[in-house]
Amino acid sequence: MIQMQGYEEIMSQRAEIMKQSVGIDYSKYETGTLAFDYEKLLADTGYDVNTVCVIQKDTAVGNTPLIELKNITELVRAVARPGKGARIFVKDEAANPSGSFKDRRASLSVYEAKKKNYAGVVAATSGNYGAAVASQAAKAGLRCIIVQEAFDSEGMAQPEIAEKTRACEAYGAEVIRLSVGPELFYVFLCVLKETGYFNASLYTPYSILGIETLGYELAMQVQEQVGCFPDVVIATHAGGGNVTGTARGLHKAGAYNTDMVAASVDLSGLHMASDRDFNRKSFTTGHTGFSMPFTSWPDRADVPRNAARALRYMDRFVTVTQGEVFYITQVLAELEGLQRGPAGNTSLAAAFSIAQALDEDKIVVVQETEYTGAGKHPFSQLNLAIQLGIKVQRGDPKDNKPGQRIVIPEHPSQIAVTDVALDRIRRSYLHHAIESLAEGAHLSEVDINFLAAETRSSNTYVQEMTNELR
Amino acid sequence: MTELIEKGTWVEIHSIVLPAGERASQVPQDTQQVPLERRVKGFLVKPASLGDEAEIVTTVGRHLRGTLIEVNPAYTHQFGAPIPELSVIGGEVRAMLRKRGCIK
Repeated sequence: MIQMQGYEEIMSQRAEIMKQSVGIDYSKYETGTLAFDYEKLLADTGYDVNTVCVIQKDTAVGNTPLIELKNITELVRAVARPGKGARIFVKDEAANPSGSFKDRRASLSVYEAKKKNYAGVVAATSGNYGAAVASQAAKAGLRCIIVQEAFDSEGMAQPEIAEKTRACEAYGAEVIRLSVGPELFYVFLCVLKETGYFNASLYTPYSILGIETLGYELAMQVQEQVGCFPDVVIATHAGGGNVTGTARGLHKAGAYNTDMVAASVDLSGLHMASDRDFNRKSFTTGHTGFSMPFTSWPDRADVPRNAARALRYMDRFVTVTQGEVFYITQVLAELEGLQRGPAGNTSLAAAFSIAQALDEDKIVVVQETEYTGAGKHPFSQLNLAIQLGIKVQRGDPKDNKPGQRIVIPEHPSQIAVTDVALDRIRRSYLHHAIESLAEGAHLSEVDINFLAAETRSSNTYVQEMTNELR
Repeated sequence: MTELIEKGTWVEIHSIVLPAGERASQVPQDTQQVPLERRVKGFLVKPASLGDEAEIVTTVGRHLRGTLIEVNPAYTHQFGAPIPELSVIGGEVRAMLRKRGCIK
């Protein structure tokens, strides 16, 4: 066994380690028993959207092309009722330096780390964000450590994460690869404590403010190319940052009437901390294993207060199946000449369904793509699935069963989102809120207002629900 | 005799962070039964053989110890064979667009 400080000892030092490693005293934003001043937490960073644009331009982040997917739109119209089939555009975020929109999140974190004289940055992530932090740190001349959940107890690496290990190491980062389990957070805390590096968490204000430019840019690009703001923007949804930052950016551009849709791959039935299920997910992000818990209770992140609060911003929350995402990934390559994803194409699969219900003059924007490559490709994921005994077949995507059967649609008309009832998520959020209260704790008016904003509901709704749930 | 790996070689070490049975209480049963393992790559500080306890220095300059498990570890992730269920989709959707006169 390696010599690290004991698990309980390190976990008990969590608050202090966080304060040192993020440079934010979160306690000063507390305004009630549960409430905190979310806008002040973000505003106190001093970064407005224009400043962030300038910082990102310096490291070639952002200003990615907005591409109209004319052939996919035609395919939508081939299966939609006459007069229906909105125009679909995609923001080609794969054009960022490390190949995904995560460069936007990493750029501001690394900028802040350098400004505050940290010697390096640490991030706990198995996804594109690791490569983004490593890439930005390389350019900024900071040291970088990435902590990944990378392999199961048989030593089998998830192929997409293996590619991310390679990418992080290519940028000169130290990569700590761990087997499956949430105790990754313990290792992460040990590293932060030992090194004194900056915690480039996905959930700090910097990470969210870095994404605002994405929503802002795409609103401006649609305005310039089409003459109006988009009707619908769809974001692949996991921890909540993508939805939160994009929606905030849209608002800053003045696009208040654009519907923000969150889309996740349905992984119901698989346990996120299970060693056995780890390699049976076929997706490493953008799935319900993250989006459900994080939407219904954001403060489960690696910082005291999560700046990604998706429930505040989503107008609609939908899921698609694994097979539908693999199908649309193939269509994107063959009809639009864009090899991207697959996980980032979750929102594209949703767009294909949602556009069918909208008039032809409406505009739907899929707000990201991500690079593709060995490991990070439908072939890699499906070959692994087959190796593990998961059936891959054509059929009705409704028969898709995560971990057992991946059903590739037989026809594009079968692609159909499933709506997640937002009221169920709101109730779940309030249930978590009540559970987090100490015995006898009282909810003040400030708390009720906060919970109403958090759940995008009203004070009356919060009061009624909390009375019912208590 | 096991071959000594030269100092400065790019290697990977392995360690157990938490043994089976000492995992966090919230992890599911299957994960409880296996240890939390760690693998890290770096440059070997002193000559050592595979299977030995060894010390590495990582790219950020940290010194870590663990069992030496690989020398110059390969990246083995790949695409693999094409998936027949995906290979036919392009033809199907192109035929639909062709019928609408959108493509040749």
